[in-house]
Amino acid sequence: MSVPVRVRNLEKTFGRYPALKGVSLDVEAGELVALLGPSGSGKTTLLRAIAGLEQPDAGQVLFGDLDANTLSLRERRIGFVFQQYALFRHMKVFDNIAFGLRARPRASRPSEAGIRSRVLDLLHLVQLDGLEARYPAQLSGGQRQRVALARALAIEPRVLLLDEPFGALDARVRKDLRKWLRDLHQRTGHTTLFVTHDQDEAFELAGRIAILDHGRIAQVGTAQDILDRPATPFVGSFIEGIARREAQAREWTKPHVVASR
Amino acid sequence: MAMSDRVLPLAHTPERANSETALTKVILIGLAVLFLVAILFLPLVTVFIEALRKGWGTLFESFGDPDTLAAIRLTLLVAAIAVPFNAAIGLAASWAIAKFEFRGKNLLLTLIDLPFSISPVISGLVYVLLFGAQGWLGPWLQAHDIQIIFAVPGIVLATVLVTFPFVARELIPLMQSQGTSEEEAALLLGASGWHTFFKVTLPNVKWALLYGVLLCNARAMGEFGAVSVVSGHIRGLTNTMPLHIEILYNEYNFVGAFAVASLLAGLALFTLLAKTVLEWRFAGEIAATARRH
Ligand SMILES: Nc1ncnc2c1ncn2[C@@H]1O[C@H](COP(=O)(O)OP(=O)(O)OP(=O)(O)O)[C@@H](O)[C@H]1O
Ligand SMILES: [Mg+2]
Repeated sequence: MSVPVRVRNLEKTFGRYPALKGVSLDVEAGELVALLGPSGSGKTTLLRAIAGLEQPDAGQVLFGDLDANTLSLRERRIGFVFQQYALFRHMKVFDNIAFGLRARPRASRPSEAGIRSRVLDLLHLVQLDGLEARYPAQLSGGQRQRVALARALAIEPRVLLLDEPFGALDARVRKDLRKWLRDLHQRTGHTTLFVTHDQDEAFELAGRIAILDHGRIAQVGTAQDILDRPATPFVGSFIEGIARREAQAREWTKPHVVASR
Repeated sequence: MAMSDRVLPLAHTPERANSETALTKVILIGLAVLFLVAILFLPLVTVFIEALRKGWGTLFESFGDPDTLAAIRLTLLVAAIAVPFNAAIGLAASWAIAKFEFRGKNLLLTLIDLPFSISPVISGLVYVLLFGAQGWLGPWLQAHDIQIIFAVPGIVLATVLVTFPFVARELIPLMQSQGTSEEEAALLLGASGWHTFFKVTLPNVKWALLYGVLLCNARAMGEFGAVSVVSGHIRGLTNTMPLHIEILYNEYNFVGAFAVASLLAGLALFTLLAKTVLEWRFAGEIAATARRH
């Protein structure tokens, strides 16, 4: 079901501004990788290029052995969660989640009953049982976020791309959702690329972290790798806060908190 | 919480300021109502009073006049062509402007506004210059026996031009504020372009579209200047309701003039009423599609 994603030397320029300058990145099948970087470093652009919403100027994206360029948006089967949710505002939660199933060509479209049971399963999965008749405007930010995720999961995506899914939420909700997402990933095993500019989130959630700096990948590695051997001065300063807390935690207690996973 | 605690005392303090603003409010509302009654409501009532001056019988009689009937028919015909046309083209233009980047976009925006900024009489004259007997295309049209000026096609063209901006002007700001991410989400979920347009884009703007269509229709039926230039005022043939009203009035047929005027005003009032009822009926849904979430 899940396939690896391979990004090869991706370049994208907006006008004369180079947003991606030769990005290469591998996400293995079933892996969850965090894409970490400051605002404007090109995280969203990279995600959109992988999804096919942005046409790269050069480079290649592979899903398993398939060249993404040969696939239409529909054929890519990407589960994309937008920075601002992008829920269909005039549709109830149920119809939002059912959209991908109903949009299928008739031959592969499930029956209405099939769609219904699938949507209710997904609602249960994202812990929103009973909210199917609400409109997006009647939901909290965290609930909208989970609807967006359920909608993306409904098409049984090859790959999940999440663009700062918790960016607009307050710290407490973020923490809860973070844990919830980690559990969900362990259960469903989608190849996932997760964008964030929050270092804590990246270090807590992901097996590996890719750090983006001005359109280039500065370092890819496990939390431990990056903390122990920052590849560039930028990485060093970018993770400084975490490194300091990490060091303190090491001093105070024996098993350290953050990088222990 | 802490924020609102700090703000509260400020909002509370000046009691006097509150009563002052209340007074200002009353005065401003009073002025606005007075103004509306004097400028809008009284003339409208006058139309109906004048129409009924000689009783219902005479009023209905004046609708039996064949020229009047022809004018009503022509107005309905012109609106029936111009409004759907402008709705379709306005929707397409708004969609292109709001959802895509292309060269010449600002020029297109300016062109859409043009009919609002130039006098309708000039809009009409442009067509006379183009299609009139002495116009650029006049000889060619005559050679092929096509009549545009002083005929129904000219009236339709003039009406289309003058009423074009209504739909587009309603849709463009809304579509721009809604952005393209819902469409992108739909495409990534596997929807075709058509499916995306009919299930996502169109439902998101349907109220603005309806509102634009209603305004466009009101204006299409009421347009005077541009139509007057291209129509030629041929009784029973090229007179629309507004033109017919003027003719009757100039002939001192006041009851006839006000009868047609009351019908025209009635159509406009009905349009507004329909809009209000719809807004009231679907208030929740309108709020949901207008708000960015
Ligand atoms: N459509 C566009 N046109 C022009 N420039 C763009 C466009 N999209 C992105 N950029 C530019 O490309 C750079 C990278 O943008 P991107 O949205 O990928 O950043 P980001 O890392 O996602 O930032 P954030 O954390 O703020 O979301 C920015 O400098 C941005 O201004
Ligand atoms: Mg971004």
